[in-house]
Amino acid sequence: MGKKNKQFLVAYAVCVFMLPFFLRNNYHLMVLNVAALNIIIVIGLNLLMGYAGQVSLGHAAFFGMGAYLSGILTTTYGFPVWPTTILAALVTGGVAYLLGIPTLKLEGHYLVMATLGFNVIVYIVMIQLDRVTGGPSGFAGIPPMHAGDFVFNSDRKVYYLLGTVSVGILVLAFNLIHSRVGRAMAALSHNEIAARCSGIDTEKYKINIFVLSAMIASLAGSFYAHYITFISPGSFSIFYSLQVVTMVLIGGMGSLWGSVFGAFLLTILPEFLHAVKEYNVLVYGTVLMAVLIFFPQGLFPGILEVWKKRRTRMEAESSGPGRGL
Amino acid sequence: MSLPVQILQFMITGLTTGSTYALIAIGFSIIHNATGIVNFAQGEFVMLGGMLMVTFFNSLKLPMVVAFALTVFSVAAVGLVLEWGPLRHAKSKEILVLVMITVGASIAIKALSMIFWGKNAMTLPPFSGEAPFILLGAAIMPQSLWIMGITILVVAALNYFFKRTLTGKAMRAVAASRRSAMLTGIPVDRMIFLSFALSGGLGAVAGIVLTPITTTSFDVGMMLGLKGFSAAILGGYGSMPGAVVGGLLLGALESLAAGLVSSEYKDALAFLILLVVLFYKPSGILGRGTLRRV
Repeated sequence: MGKKNKQFLVAYAVCVFMLPFFLRNNYHLMVLNVAALNIIIVIGLNLLMGYAGQVSLGHAAFFGMGAYLSGILTTTYGFPVWPTTILAALVTGGVAYLLGIPTLKLEGHYLVMATLGFNVIVYIVMIQLDRVTGGPSGFAGIPPMHAGDFVFNSDRKVYYLLGTVSVGILVLAFNLIHSRVGRAMAALSHNEIAARCSGIDTEKYKINIFVLSAMIASLAGSFYAHYITFISPGSFSIFYSLQVVTMVLIGGMGSLWGSVFGAFLLTILPEFLHAVKEYNVLVYGTVLMAVLIFFPQGLFPGILEVWKKRRTRMEAESSGPGRGL
Repeated sequence: MSLPVQILQFMITGLTTGSTYALIAIGFSIIHNATGIVNFAQGEFVMLGGMLMVTFFNSLKLPMVVAFALTVFSVAAVGLVLEWGPLRHAKSKEILVLVMITVGASIAIKALSMIFWGKNAMTLPPFSGEAPFILLGAAIMPQSLWIMGITILVVAALNYFFKRTLTGKAMRAVAASRRSAMLTGIPVDRMIFLSFALSGGLGAVAGIVLTPITTTSFDVGMMLGLKGFSAAILGGYGSMPGAVVGGLLLGALESLAAGLVSSEYKDALAFLILLVVLFYKPSGILGRGTLRRV
């Protein structure tokens, strides 16, 4: 995965694990836990957006499926926590597969509409199937995660769990994009027809990435349900799907570090800027538009590029004939 | 009510909403043909149509015809601004980027509407009375006739526009091949501009005629947009007759399913149909099979 990325990863992991020592307030830890969940989902979504050139507006639904499947099966039916988390991810992956077959085969952007429609269906089911899901008022009393006798029942304990998982997913994603599969994906995202001509089964790759991406979202959903112990349909609406897409775009499509940055920034920002919290729908809509208009490759890479250009220009000027003499 | 009468009643209700789906679907098709993008803000045009009409007619007490015209022009202007501002100035002209810009525009419009009009549902009086006609035992609201009549009128006018006028023909030329259209001297940019205005106007009409029946609020746009999109896919994306057939069919199926099976999952049906069509016949009922598989 490259020496530089390895060093960055180690530094990042150290930061993640050192951070709680400087935080006394449980609320801050909770915000960081939400950020970690967002980072997990956004990395998964970026694999789809940055490497398969497809956008999903249904990741809130996959996130919600993980949360509801885990919550209902463990609470109502007494399933064990960890195997259920895996089961939920497999079921979600299966559903994503069924959704991906018809839409990813077609040229154009049918996945956007299909996933958006799917998100609406899942949301309706969460509300209407109230005997199972608790309806609009939500589903409470979900047991926390545990490892043997150790129960993850405080923000601090969950922080280490989610910190580990998010670093793990990041390592996994880096390994994936620097493998044979990753190179095939990169070819696919640059030029699908050319990729196909060099023998890459683009259809299969696109579907596989979509399924993987949905499973990662489901995994985050299961962790979310066992952490907050209460879930309600409001957390899984289209708006959340748009939020994660915006996070990917802020960080830049295809940039995993960008995803970490984008997810972290957009989770933390509303805590500092009250106006962002109050008008969050408007802010997300405008930011999404603005980033796409001015920095289609992402805000983070866009700013880096502008800064680089300026520096090379300044260097060129300073070493120009005026000063060189 | 006996079952046949019930079915007739559901069909009438279905064709009424179906007519508005058809108008929305035509809006999707026009923009798709001109630019190749899916305009996610189409549903917000419909919402704006209903809301502006409520403002002009209920609050400002303008005569209905004046309010109607003013609303259609205002929403057409919103369509123009969307094209002229964000879409024209986008640095990347990649389809996906443009599509996502319309997604951003759609939620921004929705949020602004909530700030401006609040969260309450609003309604309009029916255009003429509320006494239903009885046809073979089924009741038809006068508003249903208005909706179907206006839809027929709009479709006929569009048909005339695209088949008989020079501008309409130029727009079809752009849809057929942008490059050749440009080579024959057609101002392509202006045609794209026009297609957004037309779609905005069509959305506004759908929103205005539907409001007396279903009421409107800031958040109805997305659902109506998605229904219109499903209708467009069902009929054959990009085809005008397809949009009409798809809209009416979707409206009828939805109403029958809601009446005979369950009304809770009525909204989910449209997406189920969308997925089934994409799976089995992505070119839709009247499509010419132009969808390329990569």
